[in-house]
Amino acid sequence: MRREAPQKLSDYGPLFFPAMMLIVFFVVPFATMIAVSFFQRQQGGFYVPAFELANYQRFLSLFFANVLGFSLMLAVTVAICCVVLAVPFTYLLTRMTRKVQIVWLVALLSVLSLSEVIIGFAWSTLFSRTAGITNLLVMAGIMSEAKALLPSFGAVLTGMVYQAFPYTVLVLYPALVRLDPTLTEAARTLGASPIKAFFTVVIPALRNTITATLIMVFIFALGSYLLPQLLGRPQHWTLSVLITDQAIYQSNMPFAAAMAVFLVLVTLGLVALTVIAGRKGEAA
Amino acid sequence: MTGALSKVYFFLIGLFLALPMIVVAGVSVNAKQTLAFLPKGFSLSWYGEIFLNPEWRNALFASLTLAILSAALAVAIALPLAWFLWRRIAPWANIFQLLGIAPFTLPPVITALGLLTFWATTGFYGQPWTAVVSHAIFFVTLPLVTLSLGFTAIDRSLVEAAATMGADDRTIFRTVVLPLILPYIVSGYAFAFVLSLNEYIVAYMTVGFTMETLPIKIFNALRYGYTPTMASVTILFVATAAIIFSLVARFGDLPKLLGAMSSDDT
Repeated sequence: MRREAPQKLSDYGPLFFPAMMLIVFFVVPFATMIAVSFFQRQQGGFYVPAFELANYQRFLSLFFANVLGFSLMLAVTVAICCVVLAVPFTYLLTRMTRKVQIVWLVALLSVLSLSEVIIGFAWSTLFSRTAGITNLLVMAGIMSEAKALLPSFGAVLTGMVYQAFPYTVLVLYPALVRLDPTLTEAARTLGASPIKAFFTVVIPALRNTITATLIMVFIFALGSYLLPQLLGRPQHWTLSVLITDQAIYQSNMPFAAAMAVFLVLVTLGLVALTVIAGRKGEAA
Repeated sequence: MTGALSKVYFFLIGLFLALPMIVVAGVSVNAKQTLAFLPKGFSLSWYGEIFLNPEWRNALFASLTLAILSAALAVAIALPLAWFLWRRIAPWANIFQLLGIAPFTLPPVITALGLLTFWATTGFYGQPWTAVVSHAIFFVTLPLVTLSLGFTAIDRSLVEAAATMGADDRTIFRTVVLPLILPYIVSGYAFAFVLSLNEYIVAYMTVGFTMETLPIKIFNALRYGYTPTMASVTILFVATAAIIFSLVARFGDLPKLLGAMSSDDT
């Protein structure tokens, strides 16, 4: 059957249910959220329809600037750490036999599917005084006394890299697995060491993929809503944590919605950048 | 020399990925209710606790029900959409493909908050079925991506042959397309199921005050201190995910699902 344009109204039949579901339960909620961001907050967690910009005006504070600055800095750091770790890893992985690849992919998917609650709990155990990694160091005689490694910035960063690393590998995987192996073979024949071939041939060939991956992981890390709360101090809270906190514990839906709209704008801006970067990559 | 170096690198990455789970597995078999590693004593009672303690059992039951239903709904949304986009030339319909991918690409708090305001406005806030719909929308991306991939792998001449022999759209779908696309339906379902089982924020914002799924239960328990059941549930989760993904890999082509060429091409 060739692809053909729909002719009768009934040809649109299959589209009806998915389109309805996506519009009613994704587009409408999204619009509701935007509307609520302009609403007026009432005492007791309620809000009434209104049109005011007060929720957005709250962004113009030093506190908010700090949170935003920290969120962006944290997400950038996570993205860079993940990409630096994942590019050589994924490259080597794609050069292995399919069987070995499958084992690693299953492991990566299993970690990726873990909820932030579980990752947060696991790392807070690992960094705790009584059951943590420092106990092993004490046993090995490297440290004299077990101590807690959290809450700290390092703990937040480690937890978030742990969460985003499998994602980074899976984003890089399709591009790297299709990378022409003759590229490196040529470099090797001409006398480059494998490491030199990796840095002078593979990395430049993947420049656009790496840029796109950085942005994808950055967005992923920006979405982390629990790890900064579970592993860090209040000054390590990010925009996502603050949105959750405002929506659930402070019951200030309009302000939470305004922050969420802001986060969408930041994210969409970055997606646009990714697309532009991708287009450039195709042209080159 | 480079071979050894890459082995060390893979070992370190593997250690990084496994270490939290090793420690959690360790504390989950402590004999007493203490957070200690290495474990003091050995007992599997905290695994029994998941099924014996009514609170944990209810949470497990809620999570399983939610995951089974929402993954099914996600597939029910994705399948006709992917089929239509493959069957018809309708460029404007690609907007729905985009809408299907957006919930998973945007930061999860946004989808969660959107659904929270929506359910609150429509007055259904807190009803268990709203979580099913919310998760189905949130995870529709996964079956949509696997199914789109599956459709591109179908040889159109097969379908054309069936059409020449006089089969109508419905018959073709049932007898030719469905058997070919089935592995992709199963893997799309599996991805959505595992992620729904683990999902916290959307479930919490939609039904968090009326019902506890396992991730919500762990989080609530975490705020009141430590119980070893959290550790045993965590291990149960990791094991479930690993088993399901292994099954997908066993019966399907996992590298291909994740973007590699199919194994026949290489």
